[in-house]
Amino acid sequence: MSTRHILLGLLASGPSHGYDLKRRHDERFPQARPLAYGQVYTTLQRLVRDGLAEVDGTASDGGPERTAYRATDEGARELERWAGEIAPPAPFVTNEIFAKVVVSILTGGDAGAYLLAQRAAHMGRMRELTALKTAPGADLTTVLSADYALSHLDADLRWMTTTAARLTTLTTEVRTA
Amino acid sequence: MTHGDTATATHGTAAPPLLTARDLVKAHGRTEALRGASLGLRAGEILAVTGASGSGKSTLLHCLAGIVRPDAGSVTYGGLRLEELPEKRLSELRRTDFGVVFQFGQLIPELTAVDNVALPLLLAGTTRAEARARAGEWLERFGVRGQEELRPGEMSGGQAQRAALARALVTGPKAVFADEPTGALDSLATEQVMTALAHTARESGTAVLLVTHDAQVAAYADREVRLRDGAVSPLEVTA
Ligand SMILES: Nc1ncnc2c1ncn2[C@@H]1O[C@H](COP(=O)(O)OP(=O)(O)OP(=O)(O)O)[C@@H](O)[C@H]1O
Ligand SMILES: [Mg+2]
Repeated sequence: MSTRHILLGLLASGPSHGYDLKRRHDERFPQARPLAYGQVYTTLQRLVRDGLAEVDGTASDGGPERTAYRATDEGARELERWAGEIAPPAPFVTNEIFAKVVVSILTGGDAGAYLLAQRAAHMGRMRELTALKTAPGADLTTVLSADYALSHLDADLRWMTTTAARLTTLTTEVRTA
Repeated sequence: MTHGDTATATHGTAAPPLLTARDLVKAHGRTEALRGASLGLRAGEILAVTGASGSGKSTLLHCLAGIVRPDAGSVTYGGLRLEELPEKRLSELRRTDFGVVFQFGQLIPELTAVDNVALPLLLAGTTRAEARARAGEWLERFGVRGQEELRPGEMSGGQAQRAALARALVTGPKAVFADEPTGALDSLATEQVMTALAHTARESGTAVLLVTHDAQVAAYADREVRLRDGAVSPLEVTA
């Protein structure tokens, strides 16, 4: 995930300072990991270094001094390029769940029990996300980001269900390999 | 009140189930579809029943709704043992208290959408105008608009499925038994139907038993019960 492009994107609507960018990021992408302030400031400095953003001015409004940033023309072009670029479908998928199942088989553990418990945890999270998106007054941003997370958890869950049904064969295959 | 009671009360489990099934056994010929399935369904809750194809979900739903009599075991509803009721009393109970959505539709082919939905109200003595008006509201709630006068043969699979759900809910039943009610719907229509169903359960205290193989649909439920080889293993009940 490219934090620099997301920040550039947020700057597209006008100059903004680091704190404001963090707040807007977290609102716009509710199910994403919240940005750390430190990460926002280092990213902004790199954008300036690379000529994609520049300092717009500083203001204090009576509080601590804040530096506002704006995107440069080059930043705008880079943003346009990035937004239209195809995100490569991941060639390698890290699958911690599969790794745990295989390790469990290798060590004589109970992979079936693990899958059941993991399934319950996934379902629990899916219920939370569903409650979030169906709460009265939930806006479309909340609904869509919950949907994205739900689809991914659902994919895990389908995989777990099929795997649980084929554990006997998998066990034979893993142990004889 | 003991501490234990307080704990269960805060978890919303204090209310006795509206419907309780114990050790249900049912064979279709030589296939044992249910081999001792037990569960409780409470007012106002959505209970998802999931499990592999052929694990006995539809058979369980039919037994719970009093459509099929189990070979052994009991279904208790409001102090009544369904298996002890004569057929006439049972079908009356189904009409007044239950709503059922079958896995494979079962709308009446000769009737339009709105008349299919209005039918349970007409059978209960509601006037035709009133029944059709309420049927229209339910169709609208499930996103079926402008198709009121279509017959099942002219509806899309998803429209027919939503009409069947509207028909199950139109009388304001105490319990709804829905077998894969979103199987023919795309994700947007699913969301609309499930939101309306969840709303009904919360607002009217309707108990909903929802058979589904879709985890995103099961996530609308308060609890999930997984069937395996015709039984519910206690380990597999998740709150
Ligand atoms: N009318 C019938 N006659 C004979 N066997 C039946 C009948 N109905 C169901 N069965 C058998 O009983 C078992 C359970 O069927 P059931 O329809 O309850 O499964 P299910 O969990 O609803 O499956 P699905 O997810 O495919 O709808 C299956 O093995 C099925 O073949
Ligand atoms: Mg079925």
